[in-house]
This record gives sequence, C-alpha cells and structure tokens, in this order.
Amino acid sequence: MSEPLLSAQGLTVRFGGLVAVNNVSFDVQRGEVFTLIGPNGAGKTTVFNLISRIYQPSAGGIRFEGEDLIAQPPHAVAALGIARTFQNIELFEFASVLQNLLIGTHTHRRTNLWQDLLFTGTTRRAEIHARQKAEQVIDFLSLQRHRDSMVAGLPYGVRKVVELARALCAEPKLLLLDEPSSGLNVEETDDMAWWIQDIQRDLGITVLMVEHDMSLVSKVSDRVLAMNQGEVLALGSPDEVQAHPGVIEAYLGSTDDLSSLRRTTA
Amino acid sequence: MQFVQLIISGSAQGCIYGLIALGFVLIYKATETVTFAQGDLMMLGAFCGLVLMTILGFPFWLAVLCSIAAMAVFGVFVERLVIRPVLGQPAFSIVMLTIGIAYIARGLITMVPVIGTETHTLPVPYKDMTLRLGELVLAYEHLVVIGATALLCVGLYALFRYSKIGIAMQAASQNQIAAYYMGIPVQRLNGMVWGLAAAVAAIAGLLLAPITFVHANMGFIGLKAFPAAVVGGFGSLPGAIVGGLIIGIVESLSGFYLPEGFKDIAPYIVVLIMLMVKPNGLFGEKLRKKV
Amino acid sequence: MRYIFKTDYEQDIRIVKHGGQAFWYSLLGVFLLLSPWLLPEYLLAQLIFVLIYSVIGLGLMLLSGFTGQFSIGHAAFMGVGAYTQAVLTNAGWPFPLAFACAGGLSGIVGIVIGVPALRVKGIYLGIATLAFGFIVEEGMARWESVTGGNAGMHVKSPAMFGWTLDSNAEFYFLCLAITVGATLALLNLLRSPTGRAFVAIRDSEISAQSMGIHLARYKTVSFALSAALAGIGGALYAHKIKFLSPEQFSILQSIDLLLMVVIGGLGSVHGVFLGAIFLITMPQLIAMGKDYLPESVGQSPGLQAVVYGVVLVAFVMFEPHGLYGRWLRIRTYLQIFPFYRAGMFKRQKAFQKSDRLK
Repeated sequence: MSEPLLSAQGLTVRFGGLVAVNNVSFDVQRGEVFTLIGPNGAGKTTVFNLISRIYQPSAGGIRFEGEDLIAQPPHAVAALGIARTFQNIELFEFASVLQNLLIGTHTHRRTNLWQDLLFTGTTRRAEIHARQKAEQVIDFLSLQRHRDSMVAGLPYGVRKVVELARALCAEPKLLLLDEPSSGLNVEETDDMAWWIQDIQRDLGITVLMVEHDMSLVSKVSDRVLAMNQGEVLALGSPDEVQAHPGVIEAYLGSTDDLSSLRRTTA
Repeated sequence: MQFVQLIISGSAQGCIYGLIALGFVLIYKATETVTFAQGDLMMLGAFCGLVLMTILGFPFWLAVLCSIAAMAVFGVFVERLVIRPVLGQPAFSIVMLTIGIAYIARGLITMVPVIGTETHTLPVPYKDMTLRLGELVLAYEHLVVIGATALLCVGLYALFRYSKIGIAMQAASQNQIAAYYMGIPVQRLNGMVWGLAAAVAAIAGLLLAPITFVHANMGFIGLKAFPAAVVGGFGSLPGAIVGGLIIGIVESLSGFYLPEGFKDIAPYIVVLIMLMVKPNGLFGEKLRKKV
Repeated sequence: MRYIFKTDYEQDIRIVKHGGQAFWYSLLGVFLLLSPWLLPEYLLAQLIFVLIYSVIGLGLMLLSGFTGQFSIGHAAFMGVGAYTQAVLTNAGWPFPLAFACAGGLSGIVGIVIGVPALRVKGIYLGIATLAFGFIVEEGMARWESVTGGNAGMHVKSPAMFGWTLDSNAEFYFLCLAITVGATLALLNLLRSPTGRAFVAIRDSEISAQSMGIHLARYKTVSFALSAALAGIGGALYAHKIKFLSPEQFSILQSIDLLLMVVIGGLGSVHGVFLGAIFLITMPQLIAMGKDYLPESVGQSPGLQAVVYGVVLVAFVMFEPHGLYGRWLRIRTYLQIFPFYRAGMFKRQKAFQKSDRLK
C-alpha cells in the first residue's frame, strides 16, 4: 500500500476541562472517499478544524504527503493542497458567486501588489486564467444562472453548492467536506452524491467527509470512521461500520434503552 | 503623601471612567453594539441635575433621583426610536449612528438659551468640604464618587445574579433567538438595558459635576472611558470598573511625575500596551467564532 | 436594468463596463478639465477640497469599507502626510520628492499602527486606532521644533525645478491628476486578487485563511495603502490650507472622514466622491440656512453638530447604503419604470447571535 495522503496520529484536543478529541488516529489513502460519522458532539468537525489548522492539538500530529502539517499556519494549508467547506457556510456574503469562486483560486495567484495596482499585462492574464478556472467549476456544478448573484440573497441549497465550488477552485489534492448534505432535500442530496463521485473519479481529488446521512455515506464512501465522544469507535467499509454494535449503541442507545422506548400499551 | 492624594483623586476620576465604561459594557453585552453616546448621556444627566437644582429649585436628593429617572426614560426612548430599527446592520454603521446621537445631544444642549457654551457649577451639599486624616486632605467630592460607585457595583451585581431581569438580560445577550423562544421579551429588555446604561451615565455625570463643572463638552471625557473598557475586557462588568480605576490612576500619576502632555495620552498608551500584551483585557472573554 | 451580454472575460475585467458609462464618465472628465474656466474662483477652491478629501476618503474606504478594518483615528495619517510635506517643502525640497516622502512616511506609520490590528478585531481595533490618533495628535503638538506645535506652521507653495504652482488653476490640475491616479489605482486593486483578498478578509476571516489568504500580510498592506493615501491627501491639504496646526487633525477630523465614507456609501468607490461632496457642501448649506432659523438656533455654535448628527442618524436608519445606495435606487427606478418593486434593495433581517464563545 502506498503512503497515505493524510495521516493523523494520536490527535487529542482539550478545551479547558473538556476533551473534544481523544487519541484519534486514521489514514486517508490517495483517491478514496473517507467519511467520518458519529453523533453530534463526537468531535468530527474538531478534527477538520485541526486539519485546517484553525485549532491546535493538545497532543498528536498530522502528516500530509509525508510532511508535518501541525507546523503550518492556517493560511498555508490551501497552498499545500487542502481545501474545505464549512458546516455553517462561511461564504463572502456581500460578494457575487463569481467573486467567491475567484477568491477560491487565490492560492494559485501569480501576481504581486505592484502588478495589481498598475493592472499590468501579467495581472490581466492571471485574471483571465482565474476566470477560466472558475468557469470550469461553474460548469461542473451547474451554477451558471447564479454567477453574478450576490451570495446573501441565495437559497440555502445553492449556497452549499457555492461552498463546494469555492473549495474546488483551489484545485486541491484533498477536499474536506463538512456535512455536505445537511439542510438539503432529497434531490439536492442526490446531486451532491453524483458530484462527490465525479470529484473522486474525474477530478482525481481525495475526499474526506463528515456526514450524517447514512444513505449518502453508503453510496459514496470507500471507508468510514465512526467516532463517539471524541474517540474512535470503528473503522472499515460502510457496511462493516454500520453493523458494528458499538456504533449502533452510540446512535440508537443500548437494547435496554430500546425496550424502555417501546410502548407499554398495545 | 502626595502619592496617596494622587491615588485618591485618580481613583475618583477612574470611577467616573469606570461608570461610563460600565454603560458601554452593559449595552455591548446585551446587543453587541458599541455606543459612543455614553459620554454625552453623562453630560445630559449632569445638565438635568443642574436645571432641576438651579432653575426649578429642587432639593439635592430629589434632583438627583429625578435626573437619574429622567435619563433612564430617555435611554429607553433612544433605544426604541433610533437603535432598534438599525439592529442587524454592520457594527460600523451602528457606531456611526451613536456618534450621530452624541453630536445631536452636544449641539442641542448649546442651543438652550440658559445653558449655551458656558461652564456651570452644580450646587452640591458637599461642595468644597474636605476630610482630614492625619496629613491627608481628602476632598469629599472624590470620596463620594468612590463610595457611590462601590454601592452601584454591589447593586448591579445583585441585579444580574439574583433577579429575573438580570438573568434574562444575560440570556438575551448570548443568543437572541433562543431568548425569544424562551418567552423573554428581548426588545423590551434591550430598551431596559439602554435605560440602565443611561441611568448609570447620569449618576456619573452628577458625580463628576462638582469636580469638572458642567459644560457642553463634558462628553469628550467619555472617550477616555473606551480605554477603560478595553483594559478591563469589553465583555466584563467588573472589568469596566477596574479598567477605569487603572486608567484614572495612571492619568493622575503621569500628570504629576511625567513631562507635560503625557497626562492626556497616558490612557491611550496604556490601552495600546494592553492590546499588545493581552488583547482580551484583564477579565475579557476569548473571542472565537465557532465554525 | 441594463443587461450586459458578456461574451468575453475582458468585459468582466474592464473598469468601464459599457458604452453608457463611458459616455457619462467622459463628460465628467471634460467638465473637470475645463473647470478652471467654467467655475468661479470660490467654487474651484471648493472643488479642490472635494478632490483632496476624496483622496483621503479612498484610503479610508479601502481600509474600512473594503477590508472591514475599523479606523477611528484616520486623521492622524492625514496629519503625518501634511506635516511631512510642510517641513520638506519649507526646507526647499522639490514637490515630487516631498510628496513621495509624505506618502511613504504615512504608509510606514500605517504599518506601525497596523501591527496591533493583526491581533485585535472590530471595536478593539477601533479603539486602538482611536488611541493612535490621539497619540499622534499630541505628538504633533509637542514636537515643536519640527511642527511648530500649537502655534502652527506656514506652508510654502509646491515647487519643482524652478516652477512654482501658485495659482488656483495650477494647483487644481495637480490635485485632479493625483485624484484620478489614486482612483485608478484603487479600482485596479479591487478587480485584482489583492482587492478580492481584502473583501474576503472583511466578510469572513476564517474562510479567507482557508483559501490561503495570509491575514497579517494583507491587513498590513491595507493599512499601509490606506495610510499612504491619507498622507498624500494630507500633503495636498497642507498646500491648500497654507497653515497647519495639530487641532486640524483631531478626533473631530477623523469623525468627519468617517462621516464622509458612511454617508457616501460604505463599500463603494462612488461613495467616496459623493461623501466628499457632502462634506464640503454641508457647511455652506448650513451657513446659507442659518438666517432662516430663530436666533438661538441659527447662531448657536452647536448647529453644525446637530445637523451632522441628524444627517448621520437619518442615513444609518433610512439609507444604510449611503448616497450611492440612494442613487442606485433612483437610477434603477428610472431605468425599469414602471416595473420597480418597493422591496428590491431590502436587506435580509438577521437575528443577532453572539459570535463570542466562552
């Protein structure tokens, strides 16, 4: 087996007395779709925030393409090839969709301040190149009709897609998707599933995903990691993990609890 | 001895800054808006007392109580009329709005024929009285300020800790929509917070008046209360008072021990040092957006 | 609304978007070039002030409107530029050199002030800039050997290579050239990656970082450019006013500058110019209207404060997008009459949720 793209070892995060993530380790292989599942508060988004370097781990490390990721500041993560979407949508509200996507291309920027001030030929060519890239992503996700709309007025489903588009504009090697289907209806979730598969197959991007929708998880994931209360519960294929007794207990409670939920009257 | 005198007078000045800062922090905690109008509300409170005492001939205590009540009502009125419609706009715009309110207050007060731009004296009963402790000569004006501030702090602590309204205010400040769901009348509470802040400002104005006299530009003192709030930590009520005391004492000491001109900028140097060393202030909360 | 059918990336990138804009801006350009001959001396002098304040306003708009960094002490940068220009010009330096130094020094002061900005946000930053404003003002008053302190300082006319710009018309063209240059530079910036990075920082710092934007570097650049623009505006101001004193750069001046960008329309370049026009004409209007008001109101020194306060409150309450926003609404109304709908520009109401996390 070749070297994993991302390797987390013994990650631990403490917020004061609360241990949000406790000794979590996993590997993400190049080209796979790897999903983190778990009840709310399990620490999944915290792991994402560690990879994005928004949080600092109390212990443990992360290696990306063999290099230490923890040593990097947050703004260097995109340049290394990691892009992410956010659970609560962190778009640039007062800019158009196209502007958001163009900001997504920032890591590939080749101009400096003076070239920008004078808008030299280099800047002009860089701008056109950036827009070509943004158009490709717009085509891929069918966002044409929203291209010039201001994000603040768009419906929730479209904004989630714009989040995804913006992350894709960074041309990442690893794409972190934080609950891509939350708040989406059945059709939008289907679209999302197709897009994730296309991203994996056609664009060759590795996907690390946090998800609650089990049907989506089963449909697109190669491997699944189940977490609960900051710890790893199970790791394996989607079917294996979903059949794992510990996972079932974490989601549904133990069989004792189940009987207490049963009606006492017929 | 000079040193102790400076500490006392600095503390008194600092209590004033602290009271104005307290008003900022109350409003900031409730609605996350920053208001630059507190200084001018203080000025209006002082003028209220002046008018009641000199023109209408009210006795001291009655004038004080009426001024505080009047300013509280005014605060609620301002919130209802001007602040409520603009909540939800970017913070920058709301700050400009409060600057506008301050301008209006300052301008209008000079238009009142009797007041104009002159300096007036507030006839307080303890004027020019001093207390002698050994070699120390302490002005009653300073002592009253410190004493009143201490009492007010105790009162506010009790309000927020034990009363329903206080707890409701805290809830509304942390998550407005959840507070609505819990049946808390958030908008009415915001009005009350403004009323409370205005009342505190009025108290500050009445306490300050014997020391600096009453005049239309009194509100500029409010600008020094910002460093106080920052030093204490913008979300912390006790921090506001502590910050105010620190600023007041630093100002007092630098006026005496440092070359001329340092007195005016000492508070600002302190605030810059604080922002470099401990950006959240002494008691401030860590600002971190949860993503 | 005019619909622009785009077939080329260039159309998106261009500053002038379509023929209509080209026509009106050309007309404006012709008017501005002919102004010394079209306008009486007094109005020309006011126009010069509009240009000067526009340059400063461009700087403040860049920092506060586009990068979202509060700056309540901006007059300090204006003062640094003004005094630098005054000192160097009086010492005999040719205009271009003195001017470049004024801008450069202001820019450096901007970087210095920007350093705490990297650690603090929002109101804390506002207070830091306020503090700096006071310190710089006091410094200018105390450093008497250089600035003449509170007694003030005379400023000679700009001169270079034997040619002195003495007349109003000559100085006007200088200001016009600089204003146009500054505006073009800012517009270039806004349509390039740097400008977009600024907007990203304004709207969401966390996702800006995830997109690879180095917050510290871009914030510093924004402060530097903004301060440099205020500095060159201040330099021109020094030559126009011919007599400097520290109180011209006090908190009241800073608030005037803020007034300009807020009333003009935060986040738009047009807003800078509309705001500058407002700032310069408002005192004239007040002076004209004074006589119609009763004695105690009209002659009161507080009249200007009340008018400014009322205008500010009214704009924030009823026209948060400023004069430019109001102009957009009027223009849209006229363009799509009778299809204009009342709610077209309405902002989405937001429930306030605390961003603070214990």
